[in-house]
Amino acid sequence: MPKIIEMPKLSDTMTEGTLAKWTVKEGDKVTTGQTIADVETDKATMEYASPFEGTVLKLIIEPGLKVPLNSPIAVILEEDEEAPANLDELIAKAKAASAPAPKPEKPAAGSGAKKAVSAPGPRLPSAPQPTRRAAAGNARVKASPLAKKIADERGVDLTTLDGSGPGGRIVRADVENAPVGGASGGSRVAATPAIRPTYGPEDERVATSSMRNIIAERLLASKTQIPHFYLQMEVDAGPLMEFRAHLNASNEKSGGNKYTVNDFILKAVIRAAQAQPAINAAWDGDAIVKFKSVGLSVAIAIDDGLVTPVIKQAEKKTLLEISQSVKDLAGKAKNKKLSPDDFAGGTITVSNLGAFGIDQFAAIINPPQAAIVAIGSIRNAPVVNDKGQIVVGQRMWVGLSGDHRVVDGAVAATFLAEMRKLIESPALMLV
Amino acid sequence: MPRKITYRDAIREALDEEIARDPMVVVMGEEVAQYNGAYKVTQGLWDKWGDKRLVDTPISEAGFIGMGVGASMLGVRPVMELMFWSFYTVAWDQIVNNAAMVRYMSGGKINCPIVIRGPANGGTSVGATHSHTPENIMASVPGMKCVVPSNAYDAKGLMKAAIRDNDPVMFMESTVLYGESWEVPSNDELPNGELFIPLGLADIKREGTDISLIAHGRAVITCLEAARILEEEHGISAEVVDVRSIRPLDEETILNSVAKTHRAIYVEEGKPFCGVGAQIAYSIQAQIFDELDAPVLRVNSLDAPAIYSPPLEAIQLPTADVVVAKALSIC
Repeated sequence: MPKIIEMPKLSDTMTEGTLAKWTVKEGDKVTTGQTIADVETDKATMEYASPFEGTVLKLIIEPGLKVPLNSPIAVILEEDEEAPANLDELIAKAKAASAPAPKPEKPAAGSGAKKAVSAPGPRLPSAPQPTRRAAAGNARVKASPLAKKIADERGVDLTTLDGSGPGGRIVRADVENAPVGGASGGSRVAATPAIRPTYGPEDERVATSSMRNIIAERLLASKTQIPHFYLQMEVDAGPLMEFRAHLNASNEKSGGNKYTVNDFILKAVIRAAQAQPAINAAWDGDAIVKFKSVGLSVAIAIDDGLVTPVIKQAEKKTLLEISQSVKDLAGKAKNKKLSPDDFAGGTITVSNLGAFGIDQFAAIINPPQAAIVAIGSIRNAPVVNDKGQIVVGQRMWVGLSGDHRVVDGAVAATFLAEMRKLIESPALMLV
Repeated sequence: MPRKITYRDAIREALDEEIARDPMVVVMGEEVAQYNGAYKVTQGLWDKWGDKRLVDTPISEAGFIGMGVGASMLGVRPVMELMFWSFYTVAWDQIVNNAAMVRYMSGGKINCPIVIRGPANGGTSVGATHSHTPENIMASVPGMKCVVPSNAYDAKGLMKAAIRDNDPVMFMESTVLYGESWEVPSNDELPNGELFIPLGLADIKREGTDISLIAHGRAVITCLEAARILEEEHGISAEVVDVRSIRPLDEETILNSVAKTHRAIYVEEGKPFCGVGAQIAYSIQAQIFDELDAPVLRVNSLDAPAIYSPPLEAIQLPTADVVVAKALSIC
């Protein structure tokens, strides 16, 4: 019997996945565990390892298509197996078996079943892949008058939606459950009319990836729903640079770990969060959740966006373990191998734009956390020393954006003061 | 304990009160007086009011309706009983060419404050010629009013309004509902000392959020049952709108309901083609197109003459199950 490969569950919240890219062709031999496709979940793009060994007989799904969980995406023949004559029938059967059973209960009014959109996957450098949807503007979209009106008000592109109504008609619930911009799932964005750009034929309109949609949705929610306040302080980075140079020089001889400036910054954030636990918290409607452990989210830029994987139980990790964790997470992020678990459990975020020559900036809080630390670059600057002379020093700006529902200015200031103490006396971080 | 009375007794109370209130009110028709009415709506009124106020007529709809129309032009307020509404067909000339048009034809000099009432619709296995549901035909004639009560309370209040109205009012009662009882407060329990419902006001019989079931007459009862099933078995909250009077029509209440629920089904016992629901579906889409989340649907009697066989007639008429199925198809 040929083996049917199904759309895998690669995240705890995904109900459907977009097949971003096949990394095998029909006729290729594959081994168990070999990557055969990139799959875009609601959280990230991930590699999908083949659960079977054999020869790829058929790739059912075109790249760029979004299909529900467990629906068939490919067929693998076992060794010495003939291609079955009734292949289409087998696929149809598998499709039918994977289709969710009709729900006997209608969801309560207003909680219309969430429908997601088919966001075309990242454009492959080869020929553009066909997507299921016709380009906006020339396709007849089946939508109720009310759905059209609401979509118009909110700036939702109806061509990006699937209809849950009879015959696939887009109805009110589908539009209301679509975030502005037309991505799937997630929280409802306030119904403000979106300001749409005008563009001509020479301009390019690129469909957003799932990740881009999530970024848009979460950061819009953060910036509009969280009362941010911003603090900035300049610290003396001289001692840290000196300390790091010593450490790395001795490690180079012994073949030990090479530390980045950021490793120390992360350690300082963790230690300061322990010293000022009010920062390590989150707003929960009618309560504040105080986290026992520090989950340190590290903002990592990747090709088509930004991810914030988490160093879990960071307070228990040594500087070496933190350094290794960051290298590991950054590697996974670049190779699209971050798992949903890597994103879970963050309680405070660090965003470091020092490498890009940014002096200082005010970061947007990574919801639902209560604080994000923004690190600028270390640069030579004139400073006044304790003798009243102007000398050359090394300075670094550290910013903090806080959720004022959870954190007050004084609390945030003591947190930053603790960070300053640690950065300016880096040996303290090792004791 | 609130007082419960039947649909039939509610109409009799209205007739009794109006006969007492206005010496010009006269009830005429086949068997209305000495026999107490074929469907016992006028029970006891002849004993109480005598020959001048309750008049038995021959079986001749064209004749006695014509007599009533003529009397009404001279100031009498006749309430004419048709033993079956179905025989409007025989008196159609008197109703449409005389009663409905006389004010227009006389340049506004002559009124025709007649009420024509009686049992209408199928459901009693009396065959095709005795089971007409004529409200769509009545409502299509300019110059007449058309009232279809769904319960005893409305029947009493609307009948009193119909008798006092200066236009011809076609008052269609549901034969099947005559024996059913509802709470109808007695006059001494009412602030105004009487139950009076102005024509042209629809009534929300059940609040809901997901779909509007709009109906008149006995179909309202069908809708209430359908709404119960939708809620209990499917978690759908249906609003039931009782139109009560088709001319004048309370469009505002209907449109407000549909604007709230975004879905509508019109349910009626009449035939589908050119039915009342067609007119209302037209109004909904013409006036609140942007509020619709689904097409407006209709449930009617099957498009054939009424069937004699009781079990077949039962499925020819709209049932709650059909309303539920239609609702599920758009919810």
